[in-house]
Amino acid sequence: MNDASTKPSLASRIQLVRSTSGIEAWLIEDYTVPVIAMEVAMLGGSSQDPGTKPGTASFLAGMLDEGAGPYDSAAFHDRLDDYAIELGFSASRDQISGQLRTLARHRDEAFDMFRLALTDARLDAEPIERVRAQLMASVRNEANDPDAMANREWFATAFAGHPYGRPSKGTLESLALITREDLVAYRAKVFARETLKISVVGAIDAATLALELERVFGTLPASASLTPISLAKPLAVGTRKVIDLDIPQSSIRFGAAGLLQSDPDFVTASVVSHILGGGVFSSRLFREVREKRGLAYSVSAQLASLDHGPLHMGGTSTKNERAAESLSIIESEITSLAQDGPNEEELDIAKKYLIGSYPLRFDTSTKLAGQLTHMQVEHLGRDYMDRRNGLVAAVTREDAARVAKRLYGDGKLFVTVVGRPVGM
Amino acid sequence: MTTEAQSHTGPEIAHVTLKNGLDIVVIPDHRTPVVTHMVWYRNGSADDPVGKSGIAHFLEHLMFKGTEKHPQGEFSDVVTALGGQENAFTSYDYTAYFQRVSREHLKTMMEFEADRMTGLVLSDDVVDPERDVVIEERRMRTDTDPSAQLGESLASTLFTHHPYGKPIIGFMHEIEGLNREDALAYYRRFYTPENAILIVAGDITEAEVVDLANATYGQIPARGEKPERRRPHEPDARTARRVVLADPKVEQPSVQLAWMVPSYTTAEKGEAEALEVLVQILSAHGTGRLHRKLVMEQKIAVAAGAWYQSTAVDSSRLMLYALPHPEGTLEALEKNVEQVVADLVTQGVDAHELRRAKTRLIADTIYAQDSQSSLARMYGSALATGSSIKDITEWPDAIEAVTGEAVQAVAKKWLNPRHVVTGYLLHDEAA
Repeated sequence: MNDASTKPSLASRIQLVRSTSGIEAWLIEDYTVPVIAMEVAMLGGSSQDPGTKPGTASFLAGMLDEGAGPYDSAAFHDRLDDYAIELGFSASRDQISGQLRTLARHRDEAFDMFRLALTDARLDAEPIERVRAQLMASVRNEANDPDAMANREWFATAFAGHPYGRPSKGTLESLALITREDLVAYRAKVFARETLKISVVGAIDAATLALELERVFGTLPASASLTPISLAKPLAVGTRKVIDLDIPQSSIRFGAAGLLQSDPDFVTASVVSHILGGGVFSSRLFREVREKRGLAYSVSAQLASLDHGPLHMGGTSTKNERAAESLSIIESEITSLAQDGPNEEELDIAKKYLIGSYPLRFDTSTKLAGQLTHMQVEHLGRDYMDRRNGLVAAVTREDAARVAKRLYGDGKLFVTVVGRPVGM
Repeated sequence: MTTEAQSHTGPEIAHVTLKNGLDIVVIPDHRTPVVTHMVWYRNGSADDPVGKSGIAHFLEHLMFKGTEKHPQGEFSDVVTALGGQENAFTSYDYTAYFQRVSREHLKTMMEFEADRMTGLVLSDDVVDPERDVVIEERRMRTDTDPSAQLGESLASTLFTHHPYGKPIIGFMHEIEGLNREDALAYYRRFYTPENAILIVAGDITEAEVVDLANATYGQIPARGEKPERRRPHEPDARTARRVVLADPKVEQPSVQLAWMVPSYTTAEKGEAEALEVLVQILSAHGTGRLHRKLVMEQKIAVAAGAWYQSTAVDSSRLMLYALPHPEGTLEALEKNVEQVVADLVTQGVDAHELRRAKTRLIADTIYAQDSQSSLARMYGSALATGSSIKDITEWPDAIEAVTGEAVQAVAKKWLNPRHVVTGYLLHDEAA
């Protein structure tokens, strides 16, 4: 179905590149387009923020391209633009990631700029205040956005007392408190070769990459000192929280505990979750909430494979008068999947979709590099790209029914609703 | 020194027209065994009949409701079972449908897509709930979001007569009245082979695509002539106008300045390219003049940028925006945004920033080659708004040819403070 017989397997194209001091990267060499993409991840993310200062990781990520080494902020950006280098960093709950994209002929300059940003960002006073103001504007921008509100409230309540309960972008109060010392301390704690994963795709050979790896990452400290984070289960499951906002529609977020990516049932759970709320025009929630009843434009559910508190989650936006009806349909679909599992036909279609669409995840260098880094972070092994479709194909109806029961249990959810829902 | 433009070598693009008038563009990309299959119709919300705003977009939704040959859900089920992805989108000037599948399933996609070019069947049973879906979509995108509401008002102030002033999704009171007959009348008028462009990007050759297209789309009889887009002409602006939206939900105010400007299709030679370079000089990430002046130097804004809708059938829009620092006022910020433009108009651009803007724009065309779906969209939107393949392949040279004087001239001619539409988004203290 993937035409795998006529092209070399993807896994066989992944080269393991190792620098003289042992820094490793996965490389897929490809000269079709004269571009190189690199995706780098280190464990940490916003869950390593100091307890009173949520937003530290995203603040630091925003500072890395604001001046480094010999270049102040303006000079750094001038240089990126002169060579059309795309470079950026971001923080998720569990990771700090860096992305680089360059024309092959500006490889030297691009890798050098990445090195400076990662290992020698200046964290000057002027850009600190500027980035602080930008981050605060972004917090204000989302202050009354219904989807953002529903999401914030969901995590704040479900993970009260756990790092996941803190807003990863910070608050107006916490952003005002974060100092240069906090950023330096975070960097010293998290930026290290120990948890570093690197993937490169495009117009570069292994020998050249090995030299670049040493140059770019060679000066990073060997080990990180991450704060241990406990494995949490979401609280408040079985309850609903309504936040009043004067809008004609209710934004709904729902979820409960999920499975760890390392769980032997994870692939089966992905198939089950896809049947509930994945894809565009085919899930149970799409059919029942949107197609049959016209209750919402968007409705979906997925697994959120967080390292320290995995979830199944979903959401929709539906008019206030019918919000209660939408939610009760969602709950009954989840309960029915938990009790009876999927039927043969929907399981078959979901498996075919997940198998057939797998190559669509790799159709650009950037997406491919991102997938390779994800595979490294999750310790899936280089052969995973060849194994993965077999794992999906092997899911039986009995497996799916068992895992649906395990995943959705009694069907109870924690639900946040923002708007003026009638009858809730 | 070889310039970016000289070294720019993209894939060999093929362009063929079938006997029934269907345009075909083939964009090779053999890295993975997948194809992106798109059909673009040269009609969008700007072709909605008066009083029926939203019909182009509503029909796009209804195109998933089945045909005589394939009842509702069959096409999507097949796409899903083949591991494909699909969707559709509506803009001012075009409506497009796409699937992404393994290369061997291209013919199946073509059969279904050709079938729904003329075979759509609609009943009130499917039309009514779908209208509710669109109403929820409008609520989600616009009616719960003050900045989207200001955007609608800004557009209708900028375009007082031309339909670019109306929202793509339609006005709520008109969406509520759209029915099956409206959709079918619009469908019969625009969904014809002469009005369509087939774009196939991916692991496929021109000959294969043409053979498959002949066996599928080629079987649809020509309608006889291309449907005509009949749109009123927007008169030249004579006034500066201002729209203000204050809402208690707004915590971060902003100011926007908008002008009507030519698109690639309406511009005099070189003007659209000069506007493109101008926008780059004003708003490039971290180096643009608006950022440097307002955010870094004067510290009166937390963010500032610009945006130009260059791909359009008729005269289009260019916008500048800025978010004030908490201590600053929108009035002061607006004056300083205008000053950035005025400085460029009086003093021109320096050679280094011109070079940098061109490097960046031309590099983007190389980055675009890394994504077959981006390329497919680029060619589709250009062709659907009246550009040719040649225009696209020669674009890097046209950008290279832009002079500092040309950038200065378009700024002076089009970013006229006497004709600006200013939008204020404010926190409503009173509510």
